[in-house]
Amino acid sequence: MSAQANLKAIPRLAPDEIESPPLSLGELTWRRFRRHKMAIFGVVVLILLIFYTFGGAFVVSEKYANQTETSLRLTGPSALHRFGTDTVGRDILARTIYGGQISLLIGLTAMTLETLVGILIGASAGYYGGWLDAILMRFTEAMLNIPQILLLLVMAKFFGGKIPNIPLLGRTFSGSVVAIILIIGFTSWPYLARIVRAEFLSIKENEFILAARATGTPPLQIIFRHILPNSIAPIVVSATLGVANAITLEAYISFLGLGVQPPTATWGNMLEGAYKYIESAPWLWVFPGTLIVLIVLAINFLGDGLRDALDPRSRTV
Amino acid sequence: MTRYIIRRLIQAIPLLFIISAVLFVLMQNMGDPIATLGGRMVTRPADRQRLARQLGLDKPIYVQYLYWLIGNDWAKTDLDGDGIPETQGTRHGVLRGDFGTSLVNRGVPVVQVIADRLPNTLILMLTAEVVIIVGSLLVGVYSALRQYSLVDNFVTAVSFIGYSMPIFFIALMTMYIFSVNFKKWGLPYLPTVGMFDPNVGETFPQVVWHMILPVFSISFISYAAYSRYIRSTMLEVLSQDYIRTAKAKGLPKREITFIHALKNASLPIVTIVGLELPLLLGGAVVTERIFAWPGMGRLFLDHLERSDTPVVMGILMLIAVAVIVFQIITDVVYAWLDPRIRYH
Amino acid sequence: MGTLLDVNNLKTRFHTPEGTVYAVNGISFKIDEGETLALVGESGCGKSVSMLSILGLIVIPPGEIASGTAIYRGADLLKMEEIDLERIRGKEIAMIFQDSMTSLNPVLSIGRQITETLHTHMGMNHEQAVKRTIELLEWVGISDAHSRLGDYPHQYSGGMRQRVMIAMALACTPSILIADEPTTALDVTIQAQIVELVIRMREQMGMAMVWITHDLGVVAGLAERVNVMYAGFIVEEADVDTLYDDPRHPYTNSLLAALPRADRRRDHRLKSIPGAPPNLLVEPKGCPFAPRCEYARERCWDENPVLSVVGTKHRIACWVDIKTGDLR
Repeated sequence: MSAQANLKAIPRLAPDEIESPPLSLGELTWRRFRRHKMAIFGVVVLILLIFYTFGGAFVVSEKYANQTETSLRLTGPSALHRFGTDTVGRDILARTIYGGQISLLIGLTAMTLETLVGILIGASAGYYGGWLDAILMRFTEAMLNIPQILLLLVMAKFFGGKIPNIPLLGRTFSGSVVAIILIIGFTSWPYLARIVRAEFLSIKENEFILAARATGTPPLQIIFRHILPNSIAPIVVSATLGVANAITLEAYISFLGLGVQPPTATWGNMLEGAYKYIESAPWLWVFPGTLIVLIVLAINFLGDGLRDALDPRSRTV
Repeated sequence: MTRYIIRRLIQAIPLLFIISAVLFVLMQNMGDPIATLGGRMVTRPADRQRLARQLGLDKPIYVQYLYWLIGNDWAKTDLDGDGIPETQGTRHGVLRGDFGTSLVNRGVPVVQVIADRLPNTLILMLTAEVVIIVGSLLVGVYSALRQYSLVDNFVTAVSFIGYSMPIFFIALMTMYIFSVNFKKWGLPYLPTVGMFDPNVGETFPQVVWHMILPVFSISFISYAAYSRYIRSTMLEVLSQDYIRTAKAKGLPKREITFIHALKNASLPIVTIVGLELPLLLGGAVVTERIFAWPGMGRLFLDHLERSDTPVVMGILMLIAVAVIVFQIITDVVYAWLDPRIRYH
Repeated sequence: MGTLLDVNNLKTRFHTPEGTVYAVNGISFKIDEGETLALVGESGCGKSVSMLSILGLIVIPPGEIASGTAIYRGADLLKMEEIDLERIRGKEIAMIFQDSMTSLNPVLSIGRQITETLHTHMGMNHEQAVKRTIELLEWVGISDAHSRLGDYPHQYSGGMRQRVMIAMALACTPSILIADEPTTALDVTIQAQIVELVIRMREQMGMAMVWITHDLGVVAGLAERVNVMYAGFIVEEADVDTLYDDPRHPYTNSLLAALPRADRRRDHRLKSIPGAPPNLLVEPKGCPFAPRCEYARERCWDENPVLSVVGTKHRIACWVDIKTGDLR
């Protein structure tokens, strides 16, 4: 058997070392995300737009944006007014800067609101089940059965003029901004609630939840410490796309005249009535419209990339 | 199957009640209908009170809701303000088909106001839906088969952009290009206002010609979203084991794509199409305003702005019912298509 | 007995974002008429991929058939146009798969899935195809076949679905049936039934078979010849009896030693193979089994052994004689 001893393999590499080193979840996610060039493009555009809207405030003052000069109304792009002027002579470039701030603000805040409400309702329904689930789901379904735009329009009328203007940080925000944030937030949550509920229902069945319950973990801790972190992926994706959705919805209702009221500008309300001047003054709608498309596009790319990165099972492309 | 349908219909009833209640409450604070009744400002308090009693607006909300539901022809209302109800009510209530009368079009029943405009919207919607389905199927299937080709990448890019555009931007852009600029360049240009040229009358070619831009605007976004979805569904289906089996059996490519693959891919598509159809009604709101199309969307907007509660409620309920009915139809069609559901 | 299929130096790779996967690394084998060959190896050794490559069922890209020929009746399958391959698939060479639930189309009836091959390859009209389908279903042991034509796959149990798959594959009387682990997902008793069925078919139809499996138990009752694969290489070829009695490759030896056997002592410890399966992302250098082999020598790490004769119709790819421990 001494021959056996001679046969001892000369170790070059232990079998485990031949395989590639394992990546952490964060590294894996980042790698997948990076592969998604469109998502990178989206992030870049998004950053540029944020610079434009919030950075632009250092270059142009809000007073200038709201400054009317009726003698100069409806002039096309020129050296003085790069994007032209609107129906009362205001500089469109400046208005797109400040309008962008509002549009983005509305998008982010409404999304936060709808995410919170959606998680609250979806988690309660999914975790507790029973009659709570039945009631909440009936209500959610009822809301989903009405087209969101119509609901928004009705609620916009309902809130119309009820909220006073808010002076904040030296600027005055039309109360309608808050109103819009509230109504978009309160009509968009059903989509997320349904997703959250579905996630909760499926994760709840896992054995580690059973283990947590068996060791006496209180329900709230189970929800926030165990279930929610595991369902974070669809929530993040939904929230990201929710911002784009909120910006678009604000644009729609402002376009129809029931959204944010002047003098506060948003990219949406800058388009109000623009179709009447379609022949004579296309710059009225081209600039704000393009900006809306750009930001929604960028967010959609980002959301798509996040979806691929966080949940490779749901590859859509 | 019939039992399933009946069960779904019964389930829908409480849903409709909840929806109507929610909407009704919202509508009450929507503005002051009395102020704009008939378009003239009513300022004398006595007149206002009389009108309020006439419209039943002086009653508490739940009573108003009750009257809205089942009418008030079984009760007496107090019209002359002396505290004693003496006049018989005239409304039959929604459950008997009476949605009340419009506040803006004085005295005209809501049902008629809606019925006048409904067909116009339906023309637009149905055409758009057909365009969407046919177009996105063609593009979606082709893209899935020729993955990563130039056409596929181009289509994906266009879809993404189209999907991100708000309807009014598309509408304005197409208006600008095909109407304003075509006119400038001396090309035949597409009309942008209304359903037909009043000088020519409501003829079929007129309507079709006027329909082109609005239908395009409505369908572009959905088409962009659907073709991506169909593409990804087809791709998913094409990667399934049973497609590999079909290939291993030596079946011709066309048969594999259109029968083996498409039949499976069509299932989720049916669901989406079925659910989207009534929602198109909402999207029409913006398009109809831009193109001055006399449809329900525009009706909704006009009457909402003037606080015409009965008409607005009527439209909303109609849409809610349509959504629910379409959900049921979609489920039935899906069950019919997918044998796994048919035979539990 | 003539040779039906002659595969030579087949190499298949997959180009993935993580790198190139060297799935099949130059295998060669022959299948004669009526012969049953078993392709044995652990998951990932390339046994399925090699057969899928031959039939052109690998998705290209990311797959790539880097080299090799597969001559069937004088023509190279690997260089054929798709339209010609379609004529061979299902008609001359048929394949059945492991997961019968996902391998059958859920929205088409089983009758339809069989009649369509008859339409396509045998030119039968509807009546003829239905008649033949009923015959086939009865033959594989599905009774009352004429009323079952409209059934759907999800209505059947695993064993019955596998019978349907077999009926589907044999409908056009192919010369070669490739079975990719068809019994792995079934209970042992059902497994036995299916194997029995297949043996009966083979007797009646005389077709050649390639049976892919990792289960050495099934091989014993079914195959005539066995090719053992590891990391995309064939490491041992032998007749089935020879393989069980006199395995010469260290890997085969370990596989057989790891089998629980009724004729050993109760407290006999099962021998497992140390180490982990090979990483297919690196281009193979040296013998792929070396890291786990108890007989490995310096030469094994440097040079990949080629198949060489060690007995009657018995070849191994190894530098070491495991009986003596010396280099061969």
